[in-house]
Amino acid sequence: MTRAADTPQAAPVCNVDLRREFEAVDIAPVLEQLDRELIGLAPVKTRIREIASLLLVERIRQKMGLATTFPTLHMSFSGNPGTGKTTVALRMAGILHRLGFVRRGHVISVTRDDLVGQYIGHTAPKTKEVLKKAMGGVLFIDEAYYLYRPENERDYGQEAIEILLQIMESQREDLVVILAGYADRMETFFQSNPGFRSRIAHHIDFPDYSESELLSIADLMLEGQNYRFTPEARAAFETYIAARKTQALFANARSIRNALDRIRLRQANRLVSRLDRVLTSDDVMAIEAVDVLASRVFAKRAEDREMLP
Amino acid sequence: MRVTQGCFSFLPDLTDEQISAQVQYCLEKGWAVNIEFTDDPHPRNTYWEMWGLPMFDLRDAAGVMRELADCRRVYGDRYIRLCGFDASHGWESVRISFIVNRPKQEPGFRLDRQEGAGRNTRYSTRSYAADRPEGERYET
Repeated sequence: MTRAADTPQAAPVCNVDLRREFEAVDIAPVLEQLDRELIGLAPVKTRIREIASLLLVERIRQKMGLATTFPTLHMSFSGNPGTGKTTVALRMAGILHRLGFVRRGHVISVTRDDLVGQYIGHTAPKTKEVLKKAMGGVLFIDEAYYLYRPENERDYGQEAIEILLQIMESQREDLVVILAGYADRMETFFQSNPGFRSRIAHHIDFPDYSESELLSIADLMLEGQNYRFTPEARAAFETYIAARKTQALFANARSIRNALDRIRLRQANRLVSRLDRVLTSDDVMAIEAVDVLASRVFAKRAEDREMLP
Repeated sequence: MRVTQGCFSFLPDLTDEQISAQVQYCLEKGWAVNIEFTDDPHPRNTYWEMWGLPMFDLRDAAGVMRELADCRRVYGDRYIRLCGFDASHGWESVRISFIVNRPKQEPGFRLDRQEGAGRNTRYSTRSYAADRPEGERYET
């Protein structure tokens, strides 16, 4: 690496056509796709645009010979389950790859089990193995706070954290680490591991989806699977979302996806129950109100009402 | 005497950048890269010791280069080579192997001649470095 210092660098350019530069890196399609396919999440999208702009400028500064250090790109995504953290991480890898800040643009998604070993001396090779695989791309650590278990001071998680921190600092140009998890627990995790907080440049909060956003997400999911709601079914699903949201274990878009899977199941069952007829493609695509209304969520809500005095 | 073997043996020693490019080539071909080291330079010494496990499923050479840096820190005074193993059916063997590190002083080899019966002569080569016990061969 000392060799690079000896050889004269390419003469820095003075003028850069911003538009040409923007088109050359080809991130506009990725950002548009992000806008189109991700419903809601306005603060996340603005933050990603900001980061993309910053990196574009950083790239130009590198060309002009003004950049002094490689920017820190490690991020933390916090938000409730099903708010699209993993999806955004995948997109983020694409953006970073196009801007040339990671060389390969792949994402390695891991949890505590992949990093922390089961006996003494098992953790370091395991963590290093994962880090080696993630080199040149993005390492996505889901539910990162499980790495740190304050109640057990001999927990091997601490060892994994130390190796991670070391690599995050020394190989910033080879690897981008994204930590993800629920907001409150991430907060305590960062408080007990101040090393992480200082090494992470971008903290992004993922807000919960509103009911109308969840409905658009459902439309988009169905469209992707070549299904569609009839108008009555769509109205029924709207009430379904409102009811489901108040119940326990609601996981935003993930709950919607599971609900749609069950609705498809019921639709198929309804179609098969009457064998003596000819189906059109419209019949197979349409989801009727009965498919939605048969859900347990409605039954539970009725039950709750009866329970009320 | 400069010991040469494997790929690129006729070239000057590769720079880190060049090594990294070769490793990337191996990874893109889907070969597992492993690091091996020894302090016995005899050409018939084919089985070198391994540094860690072979590296599968890597996407970028940076991971291998880091391991190589670690290996050099510990065994910087020995020979280190990188091998790319192709596990695909029909090959199942090392496809590329090249030296990436060598001792500063390479004392070379002595040729022994043993007179046999009649005019028969047996030859053997012997590294001067191997006169010293393993682990102390290239210490200065």
